[in-house]
Amino acid sequence: MRYPSRSRLSTHDPNLKENMSEKNDTESKDIQWPLWEVFTQPRDGKPHEHAGSLHAPDAEMALENARDVYARRKEAVNIWVVPSDQIVASKGEDAGPFFDPADDKPYRHPQFYSVPRASKRRS
Amino acid sequence: MDEESKKEKFQERIDNGETIEPKDWMPERYRKQLIRMMSQHAHSEVVGMLPEGNWITRAPSLRRKMILLSKVQDEAGHGLYLYSATETLGASRQEVIDQLLEGKAKYSSIFNYPTLSWADVAVIGWLVDGAAIINQTMLARSSYGPYSRAMVRICKEESFHKKQGYEMVATMADGTPEQQEMIQDAVDRWWWPTLMMFGPHDDDSPNSAELIKWGVKSKTNDELRQSFVDRHVSEAHEVGLEIPDEDLEYNEETGHWEFGEIDWDEFWNVVKGNGPMNKERMKSRREAHENGKWVREAAEEYARKKRLAKEKAS
Ligand SMILES: [Fe+2]
Ligand SMILES: [Fe+2]
Repeated sequence: MRYPSRSRLSTHDPNLKENMSEKNDTESKDIQWPLWEVFTQPRDGKPHEHAGSLHAPDAEMALENARDVYARRKEAVNIWVVPSDQIVASKGEDAGPFFDPADDKPYRHPQFYSVPRASKRRS
Repeated sequence: MDEESKKEKFQERIDNGETIEPKDWMPERYRKQLIRMMSQHAHSEVVGMLPEGNWITRAPSLRRKMILLSKVQDEAGHGLYLYSATETLGASRQEVIDQLLEGKAKYSSIFNYPTLSWADVAVIGWLVDGAAIINQTMLARSSYGPYSRAMVRICKEESFHKKQGYEMVATMADGTPEQQEMIQDAVDRWWWPTLMMFGPHDDDSPNSAELIKWGVKSKTNDELRQSFVDRHVSEAHEVGLEIPDEDLEYNEETGHWEFGEIDWDEFWNVVKGNGPMNKERMKSRREAHENGKWVREAAEEYARKKRLAKEKAS
C-alpha cells in the first residue's frame, strides 16, 4: 500500500522537500503511513500541548499509538491527533514582519497607564 | 540575505542561547549533522532493546519481569520520540529505518556486547543507562528544539531505568557468594565498554568542536566520561564492588577519579562491525521487522475496512 507524499508541518526546506518527494515517486519505497501530530492535555483544566508525532493508518490507531508512545505514565488525561498536513503554521524566525502589527501598540498593556494609587481602606 | 550573513545570524542566535525550530533557517551542515546524530541515537534506543529483551522470559521473579518489560518498552518509546524529532529536519522515517536494516547506519557500540547472565541486566541499568543519563542531560539543553524536548522526556524515564538497575546491583552485591561473584563478573565485563560509550578522546573526535560551537553539545566526550566515572566509582564502592581498573586513583586536588587508558583498538573494532554481537543484533533487528509485517498489514486492512464501512453508511 502506498501513500502519496504529504506536505508536512516540519518539512520546511524547499530543496529538501522537492528531493524527497521526487525520491518517493520514483522509488515507490516509502510505505510510511500518514503522519499525525500529537497533542496531550497533562491535567484537567490545562491546555493541550504538542508532544511529538507518529505514523498510523487511521485516526483511531493514531490515538492508541499516541497513548502508548506519549502517555505511558499518565502524562495525559486527553489526547488530540491531527494529520500533520492539516496544520498551517506561520513561518519561522525570519517571519518577523508577520508579527509587526503588535510591535507599536504599547497602549495594549497595563504598564502604559499611570493612575493615582488608591490608599488601602482603614477600618 | 546571502548565505554568509545568514550563517552569521544563525551563530548569533546560537550564542544568545536561542532555540532553533524546524522551520527556521539553518546551515545545511547543521541539518545533516543533526540528522546523523539523532538517527544514530534513535537506532541505539531500538537496538538497545535486544540485549535486555533477551532476558525477559528468564527474569527471576514476576516483579523483575514487569520492571524489565516496562523498561524495554520505554526504550522503544525513546526510539520513536527520536525518529519523530529526526523527521522534523526533513529526513524520511522510511529512509532512516532502511539505513539501519541495511546495516548502513551506526548505533551505540555498547549494544554489541552479549548479556551472559541476569547480573548483566542489573549492570546495564546501572552503568549503561547511567551513562545515557549523563549524555542526555546535556542534550536536553541542545540548541535544536525538537531534539532537546525529546531528551527532556527521555531523561525523566531514564532515572527509573538506572535506579532499578542499581537496586538489583545492590541486592546481588549483598546476596550469596554466588550472587556476589555474578555481579562482580558483570561489572568487570561492562565497565570498559561503558566508558567507550562516550566516544573517542576529544583530540580524536572531529565532530565535537563543531557540535559544541552549534550548541548541540555543551560538554566534550572526555568531560562527560569523567562525570560518569566520578559518580559510578562511588556508587560501586558504596555497595562493595570493585572497578576493574588498576590505575583508578582519587585525586584530592581536583576532586576527580583518575582512570586508566581505554583499549581504543577494541573500540574501533566494535564500531567497524566486528564486535562480539554486531551480526547477531542486526539479524535480530531484521527478523523483528520481518515478523512485524503481518501486524502492519492487518492494521492497514482494518483501517481500509472501516473507511469502506463509513463510506457505505453515508
Ligand atoms: Fe533510552
Ligand atoms: Fe534507558
